[in-house]
Amino acid sequence: MVRAITPARILSAAAVAVLGASLAACGGGGASSAQSAAAAKGPIKIWYSNNAAEVKWGKEMVSAWNAAHPDQQVEGQEIPAGKSSEEVIGAAISAGSAPCLVFNTAPAAVPQFQKQGGLVPLDSFPDAAQYIKDRTGALADQYKSADGKFYQLPWKSNPVVLFYNKDLFKKAGLDPEHPQLATQQQFLDTARALVKSGAVKTAVWPSPASDFYQSWFDFYPFYAAATGGTQLVKDGKATFDDDQGKQVATLFQTLYKENLASKETYQGDSFGEGKSAMALAGPWAIEAYKGKVNWGAVPIPAPQQQDKVSTFSDAKNVAMYSACKNRGTAWDVLKFATSKDEDGKLLQETGQMPMRQGLTTAYADYFAKNPSYSQFADQASRTVEVPNVSNSVQVWQTFRDAWSKSVIFGNQSIDDAFHGASDKINQLVSQK
Amino acid sequence: MMTHPQTTSPVPAAAEAKPASAARHGGGRPRARLLGQHPLGILFSLPYVVYVMGVLAVPFGFAVYISVHQYYFTAPGVDVDRPFVGLDNYVSVLSDPAVQQSFLNILVFLVINVPLTVGLSLVLATALNRVRWLRTFFRVCYYVPYVTASVAVVGVWLFLFQQHGLVNSLLGPLAPAPSWLVNSWLAMPTVALFVTWKQLGFFILLYLAALQNIPNELYESAAVDGGGRWVQFWNVTVPGVRSASVLVVILATITGANLFTEPYLLTAGGGPDGASSSPVFLMYQKGILQGNPDVAAALGVVLVAGILVVTLIQKRLVGGKEE
Repeated sequence: MVRAITPARILSAAAVAVLGASLAACGGGGASSAQSAAAAKGPIKIWYSNNAAEVKWGKEMVSAWNAAHPDQQVEGQEIPAGKSSEEVIGAAISAGSAPCLVFNTAPAAVPQFQKQGGLVPLDSFPDAAQYIKDRTGALADQYKSADGKFYQLPWKSNPVVLFYNKDLFKKAGLDPEHPQLATQQQFLDTARALVKSGAVKTAVWPSPASDFYQSWFDFYPFYAAATGGTQLVKDGKATFDDDQGKQVATLFQTLYKENLASKETYQGDSFGEGKSAMALAGPWAIEAYKGKVNWGAVPIPAPQQQDKVSTFSDAKNVAMYSACKNRGTAWDVLKFATSKDEDGKLLQETGQMPMRQGLTTAYADYFAKNPSYSQFADQASRTVEVPNVSNSVQVWQTFRDAWSKSVIFGNQSIDDAFHGASDKINQLVSQK
Repeated sequence: MMTHPQTTSPVPAAAEAKPASAARHGGGRPRARLLGQHPLGILFSLPYVVYVMGVLAVPFGFAVYISVHQYYFTAPGVDVDRPFVGLDNYVSVLSDPAVQQSFLNILVFLVINVPLTVGLSLVLATALNRVRWLRTFFRVCYYVPYVTASVAVVGVWLFLFQQHGLVNSLLGPLAPAPSWLVNSWLAMPTVALFVTWKQLGFFILLYLAALQNIPNELYESAAVDGGGRWVQFWNVTVPGVRSASVLVVILATITGANLFTEPYLLTAGGGPDGASSSPVFLMYQKGILQGNPDVAAALGVVLVAGILVVTLIQKRLVGGKEE
């Protein structure tokens, strides 16, 4: 039977031809091109965060590199706008348009990017493992993936501590120079005293939003402090369904029940605007609160008073993306940008802590001139990272949902919510 | 009078008979059958057909494909196994309590939003159609929220409905606790009210256009027969704008079922313990944030099927039987 040639058939044939050609262009040459790319030198693109201080550092770093390497120019830009950098990077990986390096890679997103085939294992560079170990020390192990490789270079941390407003403490009749915030019970008593005195309506205002990452700024620092640095998942099993985890949950449940913390999202910076007397934040906040708040900062309260308290790192790392052609140059730029000299400039300009062992001695002059940053440097050596596990984002969302249901809104018991979340997380972690 | 309307028709009977006969017997020239009476129309409609195919039909087909495979997005050239999993993704979607909750939330939203939208926009359009003074001013007042960015007007509503906002200040001890946007019972109704208010201007415009097609003589006849304003509204206006009502109901339902921005901004994502999360929000969460586009696609297909069924029922209930 001879079939008539209709416009629809011509269009279909053309579409199939174009699609086929596109697919053919996508495939082929993967392994060999990856090997040659590891040694290839030439121009590269990088993204850095859109934080103003970091942009300044990024531009200066790129200028310094470009001046010395006219044949391997770096084109730097802020990460494109989006709800979060993870979404933007994930989309860029799928589109094949990711840059060579992103100086704003969240550790929680690394397993997902790795699964997408979007990351270059840094171990493919002969000196990488040693370089990372020498720079960061034992803390670097937290950033290894399940296959034992580094898909991210630990770069900088913002160890979360408890900021407090000295003026509001004074107004509430509390001693601002010796705040009673060493233990969880003291923290709760202080919150009660602040609100009862009328100095402030909300003692502390962690975001009650349901985003997966919000638990990094309420539960996780307290859990790290309570456990001496236990991750949410350890050896493939959720850890938080234990006495310490439930103790932290009960503490926050009490804060919400007694209206010492708000269940509403604040549109702005509640601490910076004097709407809350305490906040959980990292050293990035020092610049933000300058001239606005007469602040003090203490380590995260633990169940019992401790000398060396652990906390969440709130780290951002650097990863190399598989779309990169000139990986040889990218690796050299990565080492240059994380050198002692550039780390010093990053510290100077952003106040964020390079993940470098011996930080306080390496930049002794800076810390002597900026004593308010010293405690953060000390704290940076005792930080806990998000676990590098499969389905990491889903793991955190599962935990956040359980937290919202039980702790913030009180619609389920903490025991039931944590137990259910723990079981589900164990399943998620076991999936490949 | 027994005059048959067909006897006054200007169209000759013979002229009508030929194409009707051809249609009945499948006759006519092949070219005319293929391209229709006005081939140029195909040319004019082609860009939109291509657009619909490229932007809607093909992605939807791809979504269906994704939903029955274990699928995730990869970098170009990365070869991964994407096995066929049948209805597994649908099972995980439908058995997920968060998804069930989101569909329940949308049901609550639609039950509040759709009747309110239809009722208010029809009443207000009727009133605006009769008003003589400051007509443009009133129309602009209702239309401005629709053309204002959600992010901006959400700010106003947050100012109004926060715990220490204006509404609670006015209500004093009568203010709900927990407050509107963090109250499991009130969060979704508050979102539904917000969306109703925001979109009212657009639906009023639809009704205003429909009202222009109702002949004045019908109102005059009703008045002569002694019908008051209510009788005129119920017996002339409501049937006269029936086709617009079908459109308003369907559009409001589709918009409501695709709810995302408003609860996302007003109630910080899922709201109080998921009480204001929507299926589209969960699609975003699962597909974009968590890297499970297969599950998100299954949820999307379920949502499309659900909207289709609901709108068909609505069309039948509101629109009556087509003649």
